[in-house]
Amino acid sequence: MTGGSLHRRHLLTGGVAFVAGVAGAAGAAAVSTASTSDSPQRTVDAAAADDTGAGVVPFYGPRQAGVSTEPQAHASFVAFTLNAGTDRAALARMMRLLTDDAARLTRGVAPLGDTEPELATLPARLTVTFGFGPELYRAAGRPERRPSSVEPIPPFAIDRLEEAWTGGDLLIQICADDPLTVTHAQRMLIKDTRPFASVRWVQRGFRRSRGAQAPGHTQRNILGQLDGTANPRDAAQDTAVWVTGGEPWLRDSTTLVIRRIRAELETWDLLSTADKENAVGRRLATGAPLTGTHERDQPDFTALDTVGFPVMPNHAHVTRAHVTDDRLKILRRPYNYDGAADAAGRPDTGLVFAAYQADIARQYLPIQRRLAERDLLNEWTTPIGSAVFAIPPGCAEGGWIGEPVLG
Amino acid sequence: MPIVPLRLSRRRGLAAVALVATAAAFLAGCGEKSDADAAGAAPSPSASAAVLTVKDPWVKAAASGMTAAFGILSNDTDRDVTITSVTSPASPMELHEMAMKDGKMVMQPKAGGIVVKAKSTHELKPGGDHLMLMNPSAPIKPGDEVTFTLALAGGGSVVFTAIAKPFAGAGESYDPGGSMPMPSGMPAPSAHG
Repeated sequence: MTGGSLHRRHLLTGGVAFVAGVAGAAGAAAVSTASTSDSPQRTVDAAAADDTGAGVVPFYGPRQAGVSTEPQAHASFVAFTLNAGTDRAALARMMRLLTDDAARLTRGVAPLGDTEPELATLPARLTVTFGFGPELYRAAGRPERRPSSVEPIPPFAIDRLEEAWTGGDLLIQICADDPLTVTHAQRMLIKDTRPFASVRWVQRGFRRSRGAQAPGHTQRNILGQLDGTANPRDAAQDTAVWVTGGEPWLRDSTTLVIRRIRAELETWDLLSTADKENAVGRRLATGAPLTGTHERDQPDFTALDTVGFPVMPNHAHVTRAHVTDDRLKILRRPYNYDGAADAAGRPDTGLVFAAYQADIARQYLPIQRRLAERDLLNEWTTPIGSAVFAIPPGCAEGGWIGEPVLG
Repeated sequence: MPIVPLRLSRRRGLAAVALVATAAAFLAGCGEKSDADAAGAAPSPSASAAVLTVKDPWVKAAASGMTAAFGILSNDTDRDVTITSVTSPASPMELHEMAMKDGKMVMQPKAGGIVVKAKSTHELKPGGDHLMLMNPSAPIKPGDEVTFTLALAGGGSVVFTAIAKPFAGAGESYDPGGSMPMPSGMPAPSAHG
């Protein structure tokens, strides 16, 4: 007993000394920084190896940033449930606050009342994108301004949806090439949303680091596949993603479907490379369709193998998801997630699948139906979360996001 | 950073309030400086007088009770400018400063007003000089816009509008000038929507 007590006391003393030592060192460092330089804090932080930290994506514009923006390396999707009593006037106050925060943060400026302004100095191509769930339009007394396709995705037999990742009245999508920038922006934006809404879920995700690959590369997901090869680009992307006319709350808007898709890596591991490639219809190494040699080669669904079967299997993911009409395509902008493995070493990993399209019913749902019916990949992927949001138009300086909906 | 004993009190939130005040004082003592360049445009500022401009004004949202407004005062003229008083339709107002009283940082009315030196800026911020809303007639909700008028020595005034933000800090103890320390009248951090 005595020994144990002494031991504990020894540990405690050691712990205290250690903490004090660290605190002392940090204090000394802070003082020395302050006394040797008159420069503002941000010049210290901006002394970066390259321009990754200084990158700025304009916040103001007819369309919100963070959709057509070349995907940043890190993302956080934060969904909220509106408080009872958050009406149109309150939503307008909330969106004025959040718009002002986002406009400042995205140009590397601390929001008003930022208690850690030093963390705001490196925007790293930060974008903050706001989405409105179906309930927000009801709470605002503006149900007629909800884009008609923004309603919960109908259930599919493959779904194993968990409440923890499903639904949401308000979405704040935060993307940047630096994870600390995402974290600080998220903290500030949650603090200013909290009087109006509670956090429903947070999904963090990542892609390759900025600079690891050339911009425009197709991201590789946790199954090892190139993911997003068929994305519409340039004018085709405009056609697929953006609403180009109509009422002011619709013009330059889009919609977002977020699906949390767990990767069943333990069973995926049982497959040979050829099996994996047949499941998706693409070569793992190059991303080329099984009928081609380069990633961007168009798959040939008429090609047959020596025994007369299609080279692109009928049940392959690419075959099922294939769309030729730009008006029916979706923009995939997914992020990987990777939680902690369990004691047996089984991973908690997968995709925060984010798809943007002008109309969910016209574009996303038909693809999803075909995939849910017969996609070999369903064996190794499980949807565990689902949410839909309208991405209202952007705003000019002096305006605020959501004004045409709530004003 | 010295550990300051917290005064025991039945009033809710005082412990947190005292801690925040101490932290703010520590930061201010470490050479924190106002950086007007880093602050960007205010959501809806309006300055009617050229002698003094107010940048990035904001007010701490409060469901009830006292609260405070902040911002960056900028004097681009060759002469010092003195703010003698502040008014607002939202509340009776006072100009406040933070001062050490009995070993504790408290806020109190600023004698002689707030002086903004020639060709310089002066930041009103939590833990420093601020515009005190003594008794708002209605809750100041997050996202509300509150108008203030600064009266300047020698006449003239500056009108500006500040946006209300949820903010947990700025819970300084109030000492109205007497020797008796008053319990904090600052509202709890839970600003409502």
